[in-house]
Amino acid sequence: MRTLRILLEKEFRQIFRNPAILRLIFMMPTVQLLILPLAADYEVKDINIAVVDQDRSSYSRQLTEKISASTYFNLVNYTSSYDEALGNIEKDEADVALQIPASFEKEIVKENEAKLFMALNAINGVKANLGGVYLRNIINNFNDDVRLEWVQLPRLNPQPMIKVSAINWFNPMLNYQFFMVPGILVILVTMVGSFLSALNIVKEKEIGTIEQINVTPIRKHQFILGKLIPFWVLGLVVLTIGMLLARIFYGIIPEGSLFTIYIFAVVYLLSVLGLGLLISTYTETQQQAMLISFFIMMIFILLGGLYTSIDSMPQWAQIFTKFNPVTYFIEVMRMVVLKGSSLFDIRFHLLIVAIFGVVLNGWAVVNYKKRS
Amino acid sequence: MKQFLYFIRKEFYHLLRDRRTLFILFGMPVMQILIFGFALTNEVKNSRIAILDNSKDEATSRIIHQFEASRYFDIVENLNFYAELEPTFQKGQIRLAVVFPEQFQESLLHTNSASIQLIADATDPNVANTLTTYATAIIMDYQSSMEETQDFPYTINTEMRMLYNPQLKGSYNFVPGVMAMVLMLVGAMMTSISIVREKELGTMEVILVSPIVPIRVIIAKMIPYLFLSMVNIASILLLSVYVLDVPIQGSLTLLVFECFLFTLTALALGLLISSISGSQQVAMLISLMGLFLPTIMFSGFMFPVENMPIPLQVISNLVPAKWFYYIVKDIMIKGTGFQTVWMDTLILAGMLIVLLVVSLKKFKVRLE
Amino acid sequence: MNREASISVVDLTKRFGSFTAVDAISFDVKKGEIFGFLGANGAGKTTAMRMLCGLSMPTSGKAVVAGFDLYKESEKIKKSIGYMSQKFSLYEDLTVRENNRFYGGIYGLTDEQIKEKTAFMLEHLKLESKADTLVKALPLGWKQKLSFSVAMIHDPQIVFLDEPTGGVDPITRREFWTMIYEAAHRGTTVFVTTHYMDEAEYCDRVSIMVDGKIEAMDTPAELAKQFNAKGMGDVFVQLARTAKRSDN
Repeated sequence: MRTLRILLEKEFRQIFRNPAILRLIFMMPTVQLLILPLAADYEVKDINIAVVDQDRSSYSRQLTEKISASTYFNLVNYTSSYDEALGNIEKDEADVALQIPASFEKEIVKENEAKLFMALNAINGVKANLGGVYLRNIINNFNDDVRLEWVQLPRLNPQPMIKVSAINWFNPMLNYQFFMVPGILVILVTMVGSFLSALNIVKEKEIGTIEQINVTPIRKHQFILGKLIPFWVLGLVVLTIGMLLARIFYGIIPEGSLFTIYIFAVVYLLSVLGLGLLISTYTETQQQAMLISFFIMMIFILLGGLYTSIDSMPQWAQIFTKFNPVTYFIEVMRMVVLKGSSLFDIRFHLLIVAIFGVVLNGWAVVNYKKRS
Repeated sequence: MKQFLYFIRKEFYHLLRDRRTLFILFGMPVMQILIFGFALTNEVKNSRIAILDNSKDEATSRIIHQFEASRYFDIVENLNFYAELEPTFQKGQIRLAVVFPEQFQESLLHTNSASIQLIADATDPNVANTLTTYATAIIMDYQSSMEETQDFPYTINTEMRMLYNPQLKGSYNFVPGVMAMVLMLVGAMMTSISIVREKELGTMEVILVSPIVPIRVIIAKMIPYLFLSMVNIASILLLSVYVLDVPIQGSLTLLVFECFLFTLTALALGLLISSISGSQQVAMLISLMGLFLPTIMFSGFMFPVENMPIPLQVISNLVPAKWFYYIVKDIMIKGTGFQTVWMDTLILAGMLIVLLVVSLKKFKVRLE
Repeated sequence: MNREASISVVDLTKRFGSFTAVDAISFDVKKGEIFGFLGANGAGKTTAMRMLCGLSMPTSGKAVVAGFDLYKESEKIKKSIGYMSQKFSLYEDLTVRENNRFYGGIYGLTDEQIKEKTAFMLEHLKLESKADTLVKALPLGWKQKLSFSVAMIHDPQIVFLDEPTGGVDPITRREFWTMIYEAAHRGTTVFVTTHYMDEAEYCDRVSIMVDGKIEAMDTPAELAKQFNAKGMGDVFVQLARTAKRSDN
């Protein structure tokens, strides 16, 4: 016990004397939380559209006005050359080109049917899809208006209409930051927990102070605890700072209880610390430790459901996410912060992450040898 | 000249002997391509939804059937009470609930109107939006199928054409971004660490005392990473073309040239970072926070730049990766030629020159 | 196996793949003896020492250190030994006092004892003014002296010193050997490696390693007679000529 206390004294002294780590602990949350959510907005809006009006009739102009009035679209070019519009798309000035062919109006009125052509930049598939849907909605609305002009209401057989009302729960303002910020908090805590702890241990290996430690009668588990606990504390500190920043700058106040979040964080940190520890037992230099941690972190973060939805992933990827502790924390954060889920709701997540902790730490302890 | 070659050889040895690092530097791009290409997509499909059917008549079951058949949705819960909704959402089991009121078909037939409620878990606003849009489309399709009997006058039909990426593959967006990321990582971060390590270990002084011109030492350090970067580009392109089916539409030569240009920029950045870092830890941190993160955030491949607030959009113009990303997208996917990308190339080249000048100056000062 | 000895080694071997770093060496070290472990760079000295300290697992052979078996009781051995590595391995970002406190605590000394020892050491080494400076600010000679004190902080039975005077000035070297003599006088066994031949003369007995084997072992006086040499330096040169391995 006393040995542990002495170890911790030394560790904390070293951490506070290391300007790089301190800067990291305070700057990282700030930068990531302040800038990332502002940058990370996936909503599809402000679609740039070039309208090719080869008809120049009152209908074509009405349609164009309707499009430019829509909040989804930005009219960037109004031309009569299709090639010009395509050029807009090529130069990334427009995302969509709508071609209204000559005799558009005439054909609606005389032939009862007219055609329009849409070309969409499909490099971003989601944008193209939604853009197409939105534009089609506008055109259909315009179509209804045209019909109403020509056909008196009573003559139209009354058609059954289904009214769809859409309600958004948990994030009624559709605030994208509410979605991103909890996820970013998870990344922060994870990085401190695994990255920094791995680097710390490997540094001792690299500069040779670990030799002096290995020659003492210190027990394996004491040394390891001595390394885990400071970063465990730091992880919780970073979490707290992050949540404060989230509250101050984004007005994010957890719906669920803070207690639930911290309990989960405590267990989660133990498991990512175990990961950091494990990495340190397999690497010799700080550069290696950093790269490997980074590599693993990148995989975990990408496949953790931070940016993209897990549901859309193929089977094999979904299976992987089940073995990824980050996935669980991201889910839990979102659930507790936005939906007010309780400790009971997340009990399986808690259990799984605890199991990870035991396995990873156990593996690391077995791997760590005082005698090589 | 001979001495210079010796130095280059020594640097190659350093790199090649560190198996673990080498593995990561090769493996990372491959891993990223595979993940981005196969696992990540902004597309929404197989989303778990719940149905709350208070009516249970023919109309509702037809609509439900359409949901079942759709690849966008996966019905995982059939609920019976409104009160069950919130807990189901809270457990994180569903993203959307479709609620049918009582006597749905009756209302539809007799009063010509009925309503359906779509409740979305807006934790992820984009997904919520998309799901709501798709769900509404399904319902509207059912509505128009009821109207089949009547032939509408004055119809406007719209034909859609998807350019550059007719199959709407997510990978088209990601591949250029992965290239930028990898080049930044290998070029800038590894170079800076390699230079700083010599400083830290004290061997830098030995080199400075030797007859070789210091700048040649630095260049010798960069060359293995230049080489490694080009190998990485080759592997990324090969994977993209043969595994992800992302073609290279435009000129391969031009593409390679642009990659080379960007790699040099990354190396120059690495040099700059090394001249302001005292230890490896610091070099790593600066590379990550000051370089890598902005590359991911502002290049445009993860987050659409056009959605960002104006000040951030301005910052993104300062990130070399952004220009590179657009150049590669244009050449690889749109198949355009130099006439479209010449301005972006010029900007990138300009950045390179500025960086080289600044970092060389700083480095010379440091040496003294 | 000589259980009376402080260190007793029989056919101790360390192999790294096909390379035999230490080739079946055998020797005994008496209690309170200053035993010099000489050899050129790459001869296997450090490897042998690391095995005896429990830092490296031997490939084969037997050893008893401070009365404990090297294989089965290595953790007990560690309680009774002190170690000073060739490369400085104390914490540069802690002060002199903090390093002492840390290692003293690890070896189970009470706060009282640590205070006492620290005061004694600071006075002895004339480091009082630097007690609260970060170690990285100390010149090399003082760092080495500090390492030695920390190795001795728990009054171990045996202290292992790996090239303790590497790179320090002659005056500091003398001071060091004065400390070593004092320790031996108090009953501590000193196992020291060095490649300074004049230091070899200070030892009670020396062994010389060449290519992993012990090629000579006796008191300096006897070895000089044996090899018809003018001093240890000469003895060493004669043996070193036969060496196949050099700087690693």
